[in-house]
Amino acid sequence: MHELALGTAIVDTVVAHADERKVTAVYMRIGRLRQVVPDSLLFYFEILSKDTVVEGARLELELIPARLRCAPCAREWEVDMPAFRCPTCSGADVTAVSGEEFEVESIDVSDESDVSDGSDKEAACTAPR
Amino acid sequence: MHRTKVKVVTDALDANNTIAHANRHDFDHAGVTVVNFMSAPGAGKTTLLERIVTELDGVRVGVLEGDVAGSYDADRLSALHVPVTQLNTDAGFGGECHLDANMVRSALHEVPLGEIDMLIIENVGNLVCPAEFRVGEDVRIMATSVTEGEEKPLKYPLMFRACELVLVNKIDLIPHLDVSLDRILHNIDSVNPKAETMCVSARTGEGIDAWKTWMGDLVRRRAGAPA
Repeated sequence: MHELALGTAIVDTVVAHADERKVTAVYMRIGRLRQVVPDSLLFYFEILSKDTVVEGARLELELIPARLRCAPCAREWEVDMPAFRCPTCSGADVTAVSGEEFEVESIDVSDESDVSDGSDKEAACTAPR
Repeated sequence: MHRTKVKVVTDALDANNTIAHANRHDFDHAGVTVVNFMSAPGAGKTTLLERIVTELDGVRVGVLEGDVAGSYDADRLSALHVPVTQLNTDAGFGGECHLDANMVRSALHEVPLGEIDMLIIENVGNLVCPAEFRVGEDVRIMATSVTEGEEKPLKYPLMFRACELVLVNKIDLIPHLDVSLDRILHNIDSVNPKAETMCVSARTGEGIDAWKTWMGDLVRRRAGAPA
């Protein structure tokens, strides 16, 4: 259910980096520990990007597995269950090596001076389909 | 059409975190310890706060009350004569399900930072979204109540992992429920073995003294540091 809030953060970040150019794709790295539901995020992304330069852009999600590391015994392992004690020494000094990412890695932008794709508002107004 | 790939490599929550740092700077400048207090709706946050806000041994507490709508909780705490600032997230329709750094920032001018030692931000009742948004706090505390069942930590690890202290509330109801307190504590430990846990009852007052000491120590630790 946090996908609405996260989708807002993504669109805001992309708009800030797009520099008023039309965005055609957004590539994200999302760690499993963020508990993001991809379908839900895609749904909100489409709604939230309306009337921005991000409207119509494809959102590509790369899901990063959760890897944990125990500091005292240096064991590293992958989890798909919420169990954060070290299975070897039962220690609590465990940190996530990966799985907490929520990163916009890159975006594809198209040159706004090209009016033929209909994204230019003036062109769209004067040339109705 | 000419296409360009633009490297971004930015945490999508950076904008929030930047504002959270600005809040933190203001809190530090005023020497105020800040707690972000979170839970599911109905876990007992306000009743827990009623137990401690005037009882922290010389620590002057203020509350920033986050709610989607209404001032029911703020009114209860105001009755105890502590400074309470209401922050509604309802922006005309719906309303945000969490506080973010910018909402807290927008309310800061109403918080008497010069007159308090600790600001407790009572977040909107929700076990998911508040965990994503830092607001400039020193510590994050959550309440979970035994009536919510044993598996909440396993279902909402994001929230349980975000907190330094987990209060397990309503333990007076254990005799009437088919839940095991050991099982709840085991599940919290499984998800966040670094978290401290305290079993309390806001209704009877059981376990509240330990929490009061914990909260007082937060402020005293800061007081020990140079202003």
